Amino acid sequence: MIIQAILSFFLLFALSRVILQVRNAKISIGAFLFWASLFIFALSGVLDPRLTSYAAQVLGIGRGSDVVIYISIALIFYLIFRLSISLEETRREITELVRKIALEHPLTKNPPGKRKFNK
Amino acid sequence: MKKLLVVIPAFNEAQTVSRVIDSIPKKISGITSVKIVLIDDGSTDQTSQIALDKKIVVIHHLINRGLGAALATGIQYARATHTDYMITMDADGQHLGSDVNKIAQALIKNKAHVVIGSRLLNPVGMPLTRQVLNLLSNIATWLLFNRWTSDSQSGLRGFSRYAIERIKVSSQRMEVSSEIIRELARLKMTYMEVPIKSIYTRYSLRKGQQISNAPHIFWKLILQKFA
Repeated sequence: MIIQAILSFFLLFALSRVILQVRNAKISIGAFLFWASLFIFALSGVLDPRLTSYAAQVLGIGRGSDVVIYISIALIFYLIFRLSISLEETRREITELVRKIALEHPLTKNPPGKRKFNK
Repeated sequence: MKKLLVVIPAFNEAQTVSRVIDSIPKKISGITSVKIVLIDDGSTDQTSQIALDKKIVVIHHLINRGLGAALATGIQYARATHTDYMITMDADGQHLGSDVNKIAQALIKNKAHVVIGSRLLNPVGMPLTRQVLNLLSNIATWLLFNRWTSDSQSGLRGFSRYAIERIKVSSQRMEVSSEIIRELARLKMTYMEVPIKSIYTRYSLRKGQQISNAPHIFWKLILQKFA
């Protein structure tokens, strides 16, 4: 029961993050549907383990408890997703900064070693 | 008064940049002023200095940000200087200056929003591995963005003012070439291809697109499409 509560709490948190990302236009509707479906599916399995047993039976996996492994995989996916988005944002911000400085200060002709920026 | 800006993104191209700048025609029919800007993408060699000696404008990225970032800087510069046409050209000596004229004439006479200089319309002298790599890139670009070009990875392209003002480039590296095709589709812009000649040297082959980059580029394009 405790593990159910912890996992449910985490999955709701992850779901809220996905909603926030789409509201801030950081991810597309397609990406939102994918991640939201994934976390809702995991949440359903946690709240009613019979669903996972049923799914396991349908898929021929055998044990409903294997859902823990699937949730772990979902967690890893989520972390990679978050990481890649923030990494890409950081890269873009650095590029924007580099571009702003470059455009504000085009180089002028000066002897080597004494290169100066335009004011 | 029609102004043309030739944008040359460069990273450590001291070996070839002087020849590339000299090859660009100073006068082009239908154009009143031809300006050249070199986007030095954080070079650690003499690329900037050589370009400055040629008395052209140099925009210097303090650190290397990639081809896509350099092209986006060039587009912003073109917007800021209210240029009518922009042509992008590689700094590795792969393109002929005379083809700049060809692209400019296609922009002026055909009024296409974008003109792509295609190496594949006449692939004489192009290594087979390059031809295969380009074909695969064209197919991937077509599948993802629904626009077919015979050379989606060409670095010699022309843009009208309409395109300069609207194109949005967010790619930072080599995937920018396919992103430009995506922009053609997104903005429903007209485009045409003109055959160009490419000069393949050991140097230009080393500096250009590599097969080893393909999975990374493909992954970035998938992210652009779906994320």
